[in-house]
Amino acid sequence: MSGASGAGQTLAEKVLARAGGLDRVVPGQIVEGQVDLAMMHEQGAQTVGPFHQMGAEKVWDPERVVIAIDHWVPASTEGAAVLHRILRKFAAEMQLPHFYDVGNHGICHQILAENGWVVPGDLAVGTDSHTNMLGAMGALAAGIGPTEMAAVLALGQLWLKVPPTIQVRVRGRLGPGVTAKDLVLRILGEIKTTGATYKAIEYAGPTIEGLSMPERFTICNMTTEMGAKAGMVAPDQTTFDYLAPIAKHAMHPLRPDADAAYERILEIDVDGMPPMVACPYSPDNVRPLPEVAREHVKVDQVFLGSCTNARIEDLREGARLMKGHRVAPGVRFIVSPASTKIYEQCLKEGIIETFTEAGAVFTNSSCSACFGGNMGILAPEEACASSSNRNFPGRMGAKLARIYLLSPAATVAAAIRGELADPREMM
Amino acid sequence: MTVRDVIEGRVWVLGDDVDTDGIIGGKYLTIIDPEELKKHVFEIALPEFAAGARPGDIVVAGENFGCGSSREHAPQALRAIGVGAIVADSFARIFYRNSINLGIPTIEAKGVRAIFEKGDPARIEMRAGRVANARSGASVAFPPLPHHLLELLEVGGLVEKVRRELDRRRSAGRAVP
Ligand code: SF4
Repeated sequence: MSGASGAGQTLAEKVLARAGGLDRVVPGQIVEGQVDLAMMHEQGAQTVGPFHQMGAEKVWDPERVVIAIDHWVPASTEGAAVLHRILRKFAAEMQLPHFYDVGNHGICHQILAENGWVVPGDLAVGTDSHTNMLGAMGALAAGIGPTEMAAVLALGQLWLKVPPTIQVRVRGRLGPGVTAKDLVLRILGEIKTTGATYKAIEYAGPTIEGLSMPERFTICNMTTEMGAKAGMVAPDQTTFDYLAPIAKHAMHPLRPDADAAYERILEIDVDGMPPMVACPYSPDNVRPLPEVAREHVKVDQVFLGSCTNARIEDLREGARLMKGHRVAPGVRFIVSPASTKIYEQCLKEGIIETFTEAGAVFTNSSCSACFGGNMGILAPEEACASSSNRNFPGRMGAKLARIYLLSPAATVAAAIRGELADPREMM
Repeated sequence: MTVRDVIEGRVWVLGDDVDTDGIIGGKYLTIIDPEELKKHVFEIALPEFAAGARPGDIVVAGENFGCGSSREHAPQALRAIGVGAIVADSFARIFYRNSINLGIPTIEAKGVRAIFEKGDPARIEMRAGRVANARSGASVAFPPLPHHLLELLEVGGLVEKVRRELDRRRSAGRAVP
């Protein structure tokens, strides 16, 4: 690990300079940034009150606002139904055309990604902490609260302190059965949950450059668990190819300067790295999966879903492993695609059939079991193998339930064995 | 709530890494009414708090307070309780922003957790940047909040600040979205 102290600008600095209409910015500086995209999910229902209290009458730019409900879809409680109704009414009154309602829904971050709502150079904000995922587009994408969102809807701006940047340089080849999720868990194990608080992380190096967009989404998604303001990947041909058919507005591809000043550079070599697992009760409690598997950790539930890992590539990989096996007796296996589009794709490819025949529950697209407020809730002392991103006490229900965070392949391996297992043994 | 220069109150103490699930559990996220929310605050992290806390009490915590989700329910519930301030060794960034935006004095003071026990009287000097335990005499310094954040607290939070900004634009004849 080393620091670099060049005179150039990091990717986060360039995007914030652009958002603030400035030539350059330095860490610590406060910038009034023009927002390119604002996203709300159910928490946006709490934006409506403050928006009216502010005396705002119109949204600054209805073409730059996306509403995507996802936590309780279709509404599973009366409270959720009310949140949805508040948002529908607000969208109608403010003439916000981009509302992803039931039937056209998905996890908000996936909706932004698969519809090209965030493009290189953007400053994007959303009422969800994992908005960081969209940093994979070469944008600065951050979570904010609903009151702050009200200010953004009213003014189209928000203040941001320019964060120092940590560069994570990754080299080496991910072996068979070792995925982007294992890589980000490994990084989390080093940076820890507080290691990047108020900071930006720039993922770079040959391994990152070789990753597909879905893999980059997984990595940037879990930047949130490091406490960071943003996790970003500089845009390249992979980004442009992904966005070309879907980009909703003009791209401003910015790249970090070769002599950018990083607060810290973390070098990671993935050659020979095994699959990883984050054990209870923190996403940074990371250990090599083969070592934990030797302790025969039994699971009661398995969840393949969430904004981290429920894209078509993840579900395809899971189905490939699942085929010809059955879910272990006594295990509940929940599979939830990240969007309706992905659901349809699963239907076409026979993926739903594969999981259902094996004894899994294939649900409609939503946050599903990820957050302990909708479905797939855990009882005290139960253990769950999950492809999601958080395992704090109470995250999926009971405070004493234990959650293990894994790659999609490793969740399927756990569903088959009934205990944590190295997916490479089943390939 | 308008920020005072000196804030005094009785202290509740929490540890490190109290995450938003520990402040308000996922099952309460469909609740909008803060009066209802406050009944469940710290249910996981400090169960006796909701019934025992009084307006003006001060929350003291360790590192990384409020990590996890972006839920504003967490500081909203604390505002509904009427907490006088939240002081921690460090905060997670979204919680910090949400809490300041709601007008709660939110102070990052390294070492603060170590100088308090439950029930101690605290005295916070906002502009001088000092938080003291009035029982033991121990104190720690903190960098005073930057000007624009103090201003935000002084007007009572972001809602009021934007309301004034929109008024100002209207009376200046500038385009208001
Ligand atoms: S899937 Fe989980 S982490 Fe992602 S937005 Fe939904 S609740 Fe949050």
